[in-house]
Amino acid sequence: MADRWSAGVIPYAEMGYWQPDYVPKDTDLLCAFRVTPQEGVPPEEAGAAVAGESSTATWTVVWTDRLTTHEHYQAKCYRVDAVPGAEGQWIAYIAYDLDLFEEGSIANLTSSIIGNVFGFKPLKALRLEDMRIPAHYVKTFPGPPHGIVTEREYLNKFGRPLLGATTKPKLGLSSRNYGRVVYEALRGGLDFTKDDENINSQPFMRWRDRYLSCMEAVNKAQAETGEVKGHYLNITAADMEDMYERAEFAKDLGSVIVMLDLTVGYTAIQSMSKWARRNGVILHLHRAGHATYTRQKTHGVSFRVISKWMRLAGVDHIHAGTVVGKLEGDPASVHGFYDVLRKNSYTADPGKGLYFDQEWASMPATMPVASGGIHAGQMHQLLHHLGEDTILQFGGGTIGHPMGIAQGAEANRVAVEAMIKARNEGADYLAQGPEILRKAARHSKPLEMALSTWGDVTFDYASTDTVDAVPTPA
Amino acid sequence: MRITQGTFSFLPDLTDDEIRSQISYALEHGWPCSVEFTDDPHPRNTYWEMWGLPMFDLVDPAAVMDEVRACREEHPQHYVRVTAYDASLGRQTVALSFLVNRPDVEPGFRLDRAEGADRRIGYTVHPYATEAPAGSRYPAPDPRGNGHARR
Repeated sequence: MADRWSAGVIPYAEMGYWQPDYVPKDTDLLCAFRVTPQEGVPPEEAGAAVAGESSTATWTVVWTDRLTTHEHYQAKCYRVDAVPGAEGQWIAYIAYDLDLFEEGSIANLTSSIIGNVFGFKPLKALRLEDMRIPAHYVKTFPGPPHGIVTEREYLNKFGRPLLGATTKPKLGLSSRNYGRVVYEALRGGLDFTKDDENINSQPFMRWRDRYLSCMEAVNKAQAETGEVKGHYLNITAADMEDMYERAEFAKDLGSVIVMLDLTVGYTAIQSMSKWARRNGVILHLHRAGHATYTRQKTHGVSFRVISKWMRLAGVDHIHAGTVVGKLEGDPASVHGFYDVLRKNSYTADPGKGLYFDQEWASMPATMPVASGGIHAGQMHQLLHHLGEDTILQFGGGTIGHPMGIAQGAEANRVAVEAMIKARNEGADYLAQGPEILRKAARHSKPLEMALSTWGDVTFDYASTDTVDAVPTPA
Repeated sequence: MRITQGTFSFLPDLTDDEIRSQISYALEHGWPCSVEFTDDPHPRNTYWEMWGLPMFDLVDPAAVMDEVRACREEHPQHYVRVTAYDASLGRQTVALSFLVNRPDVEPGFRLDRAEGADRRIGYTVHPYATEAPAGSRYPAPDPRGNGHARR
């Protein structure tokens, strides 16, 4: 082994960043990276380089390391596995001591782990696949301001997925017309309607006008149905001052929920989470922009990691895939995201892309939202894949109903209630789904119309972001 | 109007067999059932009157059904709901809650608007039924009534 302290460029592995005998501590933060090294770079060296560049190392030896207990602060790559069926790709497991991170800061955590290393030249590509967050670190984050249990109690809605819709068209409606869509969808049977991610405050509809129209619609729908209703008022804006102003106004008008886009950044999300907790307003997060770095399998950050970060940062809702809709979402991967968001603890499951056990230490769960190209005719599949604690968002599948928006909403509500009822009665609802829906449609003309309009619509394309390992059948 | 609280309000009112089937589902999951009733349908009225304590040790759906029937007979013009409760760690909340009786006539809600400055409106949902004192809010049962929810 080269002398650790000789001046010049020393291989990372020899500098202590590759420690195959290291046994991770319970308090360590663990990462699984998919590493694609340049030709000639051995995988152990690549893994060590990632460990080094995401912790203490710089490209050359510095004597000032000797002023610290550097072994403590060095991240340690302790295992490198070849990815089956993908030549040149390796999964590198790296352990980080908890002292490397500031308590309760996603910005600090991510600046450390994904700060520089993704542009590192000796690697062709790098992807953060998963992260084990020790309970010790979990407990430094406040987590979702409400969580699934409190949200359900607040809304007085139990035993079925919640239903929503995004107002369409996304752009161009005046606030008065926009509120009409909200009113019709809510009175028809949906629990929530939603601003789209790019509805902020444009010339055709300023935010304040939109909030006033939407709250008129929400309250009128509550009086029509006797149910609690909500509209996700998007408070995304150019700066925190504007976001706080919009959030305060939404609260003053009595909205139960506001929404943010992921594009505002991690620190802004944590700030608004604090605000939401302080003010008793549910916080919805749209994952706008995520696919730029989550979709490609060899480079970026997996959405399961983003899910973990957002549960820590503290959002009550997050869009997490539909499996059957129009947007990317391999079933096994989506099941994994939903586990990350909803379970209190789980064990590693390569079949779902979960590389590590994860303990959430009673942190409330984040409600996954399924949105994008789904319709009532898929209700059995949606319930099968996504379960009960989810929000199914039928935008086109409500507003595009030939009989009208309220009828589109009713079709979705009848479909979900009929499917839950059949499941509870012991039916094999996945196999019998179409029949259950047809039967329910006998007393619901809008459902019958929805089934005949969209019954055959599917988005059957191969997924880009799939899991590697398939468990061997027992 | 027809209030749509509860898990199955968009379906035709459940028959006794269908109610029993849902109760069985709850009990199989280890969720004890309780029966509650009210004549205040406000969406924020959380605490309906309890028809006895939650039936923690009752595992026979037929016995729960007896309580449903008894409550309906005593309060034919009230809303009655069955609630299944999941006491497991991490939930400790309602798992399923659905109406098993509703008044013959549901007058619905008035939306009150308090108009404020700068176009703000303060909204209040007001159930017409609660204009009368508790216990005398809904008309006497239909002479044909058998205590069951209307079709």
